[in-house]
Amino acid sequence: MSEPIIVFDKVSKWYGDFHALRDINLAVAHGERIVICGPSGSGKSTLIRCINALEEHQEGKLTVDGIEITDVVKAIEAVRKNVGMVFQQFNLFPHLTVLENLTLAPMWVGRVPKKEADERAMAQLARVRIAEQAGTYPLQLSGGQQQRVAIARSLCMTPKIMLFDEPTSALDPEMIKEVLDVMIELAGMGITMLCVTHEMGFARSVADRVIFMDQGQIVEQNTPTEFFAHPKSERTRDFLSKILSH
Amino acid sequence: MDTALHTPVIARPPPAHHVGVLAWLRKNLFADWKNALATLTVGAMLVYWLPPLVDWAIVRAVATPDNDACRALEHTGACWGVIAEKYRLILFGRYPFDEQWRPLVATLLMVAMLVASCTRVLWSRWLIVAWIAVLAVFFVLMRGGIWGLTPVETARWGGVPLTMLLSTLSIAAGFPIAVLVALGRRSHLPAIRALCIVYVELIRGVPLISVLFMASFMFPLFMPPGITVDVLIRVLVGITLFSAAYLAEVVRGGLQAIPKGQHEAAAAMGLSYWQTQRKIVLPQALRMVVPSIMNSFISTFKDTSLVTIVSLYDLTGSLALALGGDANWRQFYLEGYLFIGAIYWLFCFSMSRYSQWVERHLNVGYAR
Repeated sequence: MSEPIIVFDKVSKWYGDFHALRDINLAVAHGERIVICGPSGSGKSTLIRCINALEEHQEGKLTVDGIEITDVVKAIEAVRKNVGMVFQQFNLFPHLTVLENLTLAPMWVGRVPKKEADERAMAQLARVRIAEQAGTYPLQLSGGQQQRVAIARSLCMTPKIMLFDEPTSALDPEMIKEVLDVMIELAGMGITMLCVTHEMGFARSVADRVIFMDQGQIVEQNTPTEFFAHPKSERTRDFLSKILSH
Repeated sequence: MDTALHTPVIARPPPAHHVGVLAWLRKNLFADWKNALATLTVGAMLVYWLPPLVDWAIVRAVATPDNDACRALEHTGACWGVIAEKYRLILFGRYPFDEQWRPLVATLLMVAMLVASCTRVLWSRWLIVAWIAVLAVFFVLMRGGIWGLTPVETARWGGVPLTMLLSTLSIAAGFPIAVLVALGRRSHLPAIRALCIVYVELIRGVPLISVLFMASFMFPLFMPPGITVDVLIRVLVGITLFSAAYLAEVVRGGLQAIPKGQHEAAAAMGLSYWQTQRKIVLPQALRMVVPSIMNSFISTFKDTSLVTIVSLYDLTGSLALALGGDANWRQFYLEGYLFIGAIYWLFCFSMSRYSQWVERHLNVGYAR
């Protein structure tokens, strides 16, 4: 097996006195699709937000695509070029059209000429089936549409890694499906994906590995089949019984 | 419970409402007794005040520069003659009388440039070039000394051109300073943050008058001998720094209102700090505070009238100069102040209307 693309080596993170990530060890292979679940406050979001340095870890060593995450701005910007992120609240830029949201980073970070950036953006919008909305503004779209635009926006930078931070948690049930469909398609493309979500159906159908976190630690990880069929720890069984009971 | 099969209702246009004049009056002016009372009170005030005002301002008024006729009125009618007599002194201050075509052309150029800058189709790099050219021409015309124009020292500049020059330049220079200071107050670097806080709190803690006194009288004392900075420049710097401090706080208010998610999304895409501010944060932050920004601009415009106390005769100062020195016309200061009041109002009202247009223009994408 080749070098892993992401390596957490005893990574710790505190918010004030609160020990949010505790000696995390984790290696993610190229193209691996990982779903991270766990109760709220367990450190799932913090974990993936360390990967693109939205959160700063205080101890341990974190390497992403061969670059160690430090407080060096250049290193962080280099990592972010190759890491896309989709947020729970979409975080589209409301003052820019959908197309401008997509071309911004390629033009300003990637130095791609406008024409090429536009073409790339339209291709990504077509992929998430929303090309006809290129000229509208984000707030005129539904939540599901906004999230698909946000996914397309990340893809425009042709990232090697995609991070999803509860991408469907702010959506109505009818819109969850349209976003998950897009994510399932992405899973077939070979991008490394780390997805914090409670959509267990999604985990079952696309994940290579499911990670369960609690109190800032990785409690259990396994293939989805094993994870759901034979959870090893009491804590995992308890959690699964709660989210799968309805 | 009604369990019958649901029949779909086709969407239809809202009912047309036709309201007659009487119905409108009743609904808007006499809806209930409080509303009626307000209507009658305002109506009574109009009936009481309006006829005497029209009588004074129009019917009995003297419009010709006839001092005897004006005096004969004994203030029962307006003496607009004072404007006809003194308008050049009011509009151009102590600028040499025979050369006053120069400030006139300079002012018209500046007004044209301001209108052009407010026009959307003209927004391009060329506007900056045009501004540099117009300001150069403005200074050459006002100052003279080349192309056969008699030199006129800045201390003699006055009236409308001075008011416009001071407000335009202090607003134009103050705005970028304000943005930088507002960003600085939110900086992660303690030194920059402290510097910006000290600047804002220091300037906000003193009245403009003392800033102007400092600029005019104290500043030269600190300069090495032989080096003098023109009083106009010193005053300009004073007003700029003063208005920028207030504006910085307005801008900071807008910056505070930008959700954290916007910064995070920009960072996650790899945008640098300055790219994030320029492309994501500032466009949204400034949009939110357009009304307050315009408030600051209008304040600055009117604050320029304080330069009188350091012997620069802007529009307000010129009026005092025009009337104060002439015993025959001195008593008609009310008409004079109404006149310059109208000029100030025209400028301020234009700014206010423009700000409303900007707001509508920037609301694209936010209205559902």
